[in-house]
Parts: sequence; structure tokens; C-alpha cells
Amino acid sequence: MRRETCLNIALLLILLVFPLWALSVDEPFLITLTTRAVIFAIAGVGLNFALGLGGLVSFGHAAFFGVGGYAMGILAFHAQSYTPLMEWPFVIEGTKSMLVIWVVAIIVSGVVALGLGALSLRTSGVYFIMITLAFAQMFYYFAISWPAYGGEDGLSIYVRNGFAGLNTMVPIQFYAICYAWLLAVLGFVYCAARAPFGLMLSAARQNEDRVQAVGQTPYRLYLVAYTISGAITGLAGALFADLNRFVSPTMFSWQTSGEIMIFVILGGVGRVFGPVAGAVLFILLEHVLGGLSAFWHVYLGAILLGVVLFARGGVFGLLTGREVAHD
Amino acid sequence: MTDPVLSVEGICKAFGALEASRNIDIDLRSGEIHALIGPNGAGKSTLISQIAGALQPDSGRVVFGGQDVTAMSTAARSRLGMARTFQISSLAMEYTVLQNVVLGALGARGDVFRFFRPVMKDRALLERASLALQKVGLEEFRAFRTSELSHGQRRQLEVAVALTLEPKAFLMDEPMAGLGAEGSQRLMGFLDGLRHQTPILLIEHDMDAVFALADRISVLVYGEIIATGSVDDIRNNPLVRSAYLGEEADA
Repeated sequence: MRRETCLNIALLLILLVFPLWALSVDEPFLITLTTRAVIFAIAGVGLNFALGLGGLVSFGHAAFFGVGGYAMGILAFHAQSYTPLMEWPFVIEGTKSMLVIWVVAIIVSGVVALGLGALSLRTSGVYFIMITLAFAQMFYYFAISWPAYGGEDGLSIYVRNGFAGLNTMVPIQFYAICYAWLLAVLGFVYCAARAPFGLMLSAARQNEDRVQAVGQTPYRLYLVAYTISGAITGLAGALFADLNRFVSPTMFSWQTSGEIMIFVILGGVGRVFGPVAGAVLFILLEHVLGGLSAFWHVYLGAILLGVVLFARGGVFGLLTGREVAHD
Repeated sequence: MTDPVLSVEGICKAFGALEASRNIDIDLRSGEIHALIGPNGAGKSTLISQIAGALQPDSGRVVFGGQDVTAMSTAARSRLGMARTFQISSLAMEYTVLQNVVLGALGARGDVFRFFRPVMKDRALLERASLALQKVGLEEFRAFRTSELSHGQRRQLEVAVALTLEPKAFLMDEPMAGLGAEGSQRLMGFLDGLRHQTPILLIEHDMDAVFALADRISVLVYGEIIATGSVDDIRNNPLVRSAYLGEEADA
């Protein structure tokens, strides 16, 4: 078996066994911590779809993370205050159903990604980075100045949303939901990377002229990739909001975009499971270093520098060498 | 005589004061190799770019397969069967040889937006790709990473990718460049046979190759075509001799 496959399976097993162990020793905090890692991993997998496969360095994925979060926040807020979301031309009620919230979060963040992508993808390189950052900042300031949904203070949701047959307030049950989503998203990205779309998208990253010469348009490939990428990250946002039972403009901040990018870079750009390793490592560092010093970000920065300078392929590059999937 | 596969009618292109193309007419008939020669900076690559759709001409039109394609994108022209090989090899370097050729076959088939079935297990695409690799003689290198190929092999691979498009015409920008004597000979032999299947508009610096291969030659100097004709016509054309071939032709 290839080393990358072994590492993938090991990661999934750790994420399966560790929370169960935490449950058996009655450490709910560790389960919640792992849940955070898994949700961040989903967000990272989303970004990696655009960044790793398509080479689209989006520094604005907080926009989709936040849109997903607010999709949950707004729907649940209206449900808990018994006010309809809108009354004209037809009545839309809030909801406490996770299923509905996920669908809404995925669709809305996908549509937002489609719109932002359609504009941003007319640029490339540094300009693309800056324009995606600018769009995310627009969402950030809009959220701060919109009093209907808490403005700067954000929105608190008192009870976690419901999912048929589960008590989502029990950490391990909510964890199971997030873990299942991670598997589903990884499965999709794994397939898509090997499917016709992945082959062509990755070719566009390597050489746009080549893609045009075989009769395809890079812009369209990028746009579809960016939309899917945004939708996945939006789903992660909805789960994150549900984990905290709280949404705030912080989800839109550029620090959030940076953190999502850190997951991808730490783990290994372009590896399907890279962001999973990155997110787990990030949470681990946050927990361990955060316990040692309030200035743990300094150490995180140093580690990130080390990765960028000496291990370009991230954790995956370090552990599996330069081999990249070519089957 | 049948209509030409490709014809360029009165193309003009200027970059500021520099007139890179001046009222150029050139056509490509089925079954021929039409070579385009000219000194450095004569505007050969500019012309090819306009034919392929990477550059828009200021005026004039490009007709391909009886259809005016002047306003079409590069991708649309590729889909119609205009296959281009680049002056500098332009391939997906991280991919294997086989992946590059499958990419061509996939692009031609067009069903790119599929997310679930592994593309490298698609029988139809693999068959088409293998056939193209066999034709250029790269079959045994199929598992090699493209970046590991020699310069000449990359040239061959570009031709193979172009073949998967089942093109109606080839635009080849200096395919022999940097190939060495043996590689050039092999590629020449290949192009010689290819013309009967697909006509080739060939830009080439290697005069021996041009004189050996071409059915017709057009000479481009300062953005203008000063002569078009058979090999003998061009050899003996005094205008061409003074403008381009110079002493070299007498030697």
C-alpha cells in the first residue's frame, strides 16, 4: 500500500478512536476539541479543492465559512424567537432542523461562491488573493453593522439544532455527525480529483494553454471548483456555528481565512487528506502550546515558517515523500 | 480543387507602430504541408497565435472548415479540430505521459464536468490515448512523468496530444527546435506520413527540413508574405533570396 494511503487511514482511525477513548474516560472537553478539529478539517478540505487542485489561492474563504454560520444562526434565531424569516411574498419560518440548515448553508454559500468567483476569477495571482480578501472583508463589515442579527455581538442559539434520532447536545453524538460529514466530503473530493473534472482542473493549474488547446475553458473549470469549494466550507461554517451555538462576525474575519489556509498548508497542499492532518495539528498545537503560553501564536508562526521553508508538502510531504497520486 | 481546410484572409495586426501582420493571406489545403518561413521577428508566431485564437487580429478573418472562426475562442477552435503544438512545449508537467494524452482525449470528447468515475479507468479514453501514443512511438513511456521526458520526447508527446483531438488541421510552431539530428529525422518521417491524414501548417527554422517536407512554402518578412509557392519557386525567387536566404542558398 502506498504510504499516503496508510497515513490517510491512520488519520481517520485516530479521529474515530480518540473521541471514543475520551468518552470512556469521561473527558467531554476532548471530544469537543476533536469536533472542532473535524469541522476545521472540512473547511480546509473545501479550500483545498480550489487551492490544491485548481491552484486558486483564495484568501477569502471566511466569507463562505461565515455565510454557512449565519445560515444556521439566522434560521435557528427565527425558530427560537418564533418569528418568521420573511412574510412577503410568502412566509418562511426559521428552523431547528440540522438537515434543512445544512442544505440551506450549502446552497447559499455555493451561490455566494459562484457570484464572488465569477468576478474574482477574472483576475489571477496576487490580484486574485487580494480581491477574495476584499470580498470577505465586505461580508465582515456588513455582519458587524447589521443590527437585526446581533451586529458585533453575534447571535446566541440556546439549544443545539436537532437531527432525527440523535441528542445533538451529547458531545459524542454531535461528533458522530461531524465525522460522518468529514467522511462524505473526503469521499467526494477523493473521487472528483480522479474523475474527468479533477484531471482537467489540475491540468489548468499546471498549464492553462494546454487546457485551451484541448478545447476546454479554464475559467469555467475554476468557477465550478470555486463554487464547490465555497459550498463545502459553508457546510463547515454551519457545523461550527452549531458546535458553539453561537455565530459572530469573527467567522468572516480575515484571521479565519488565514486559519483555513494554515490547515491546508500545514497538512499539505493538494493532498486530499492534507487539511485533515493540518487541522488536527493546528488544534493540537493550540491546545498544547496554548496551555504553555498566552503567546502561543508566536510558536505557531515559527512552525508554519518551518513548514513553508523546509517541508513544502506539509505534514504529508514530510511523511510520504514527493510521491503524488498518479493512478 | 477542393476548398482549403484553413484560410487566412487579409489579416492585419499592429502593436503600436510595429506592424506584425500586414494584410496576410495564407491557406492550407488538405494533404499538404505548408511551411511558413521567415527571419526572426518576421511575425510568424504572431500569425499562428491569431490563427489559433490566442490573439485577435485588427482586421481580416480566419476561415476554418468553411466557417468563419475569427471571433471564436482558442478552446472553441480546438473543439472544431484545430490542433496546435507550441514553440515551447506546453504540457501538464506533473502528469504522466498517459495522463497528458488522456487529457487530450477527454477535452475532445467534452464531458469534463463529471465528478465520480475515475478518468484513468475510462476504456474509450484510454484506447484513444494509447493509439495516439503508438503513432508517435511513445507507447513504452506511458508511465513516465512528463517532466522526466527529454526535449524531443516532449515534442512527440505534444503531437500525440494533438492527435487525440482528431484534428482537421495542425498548427506546428517549430516542432524540430532543439531536437538534434536523429530526433529531427524521426519527426520528419512522421510528419511526412501525417500530412495525408491531416494537413499541417508548419513554422520551422530548419531549412533542410522545410525543403524536404513542404509541398508549399510561404515566406514572411516584416509582417508581409513576400512569396508563396513550391520549393523550387521559393528557392529561385530572387526576392526571397535577397530578403531571407541570402548567401545561405548559394552555398
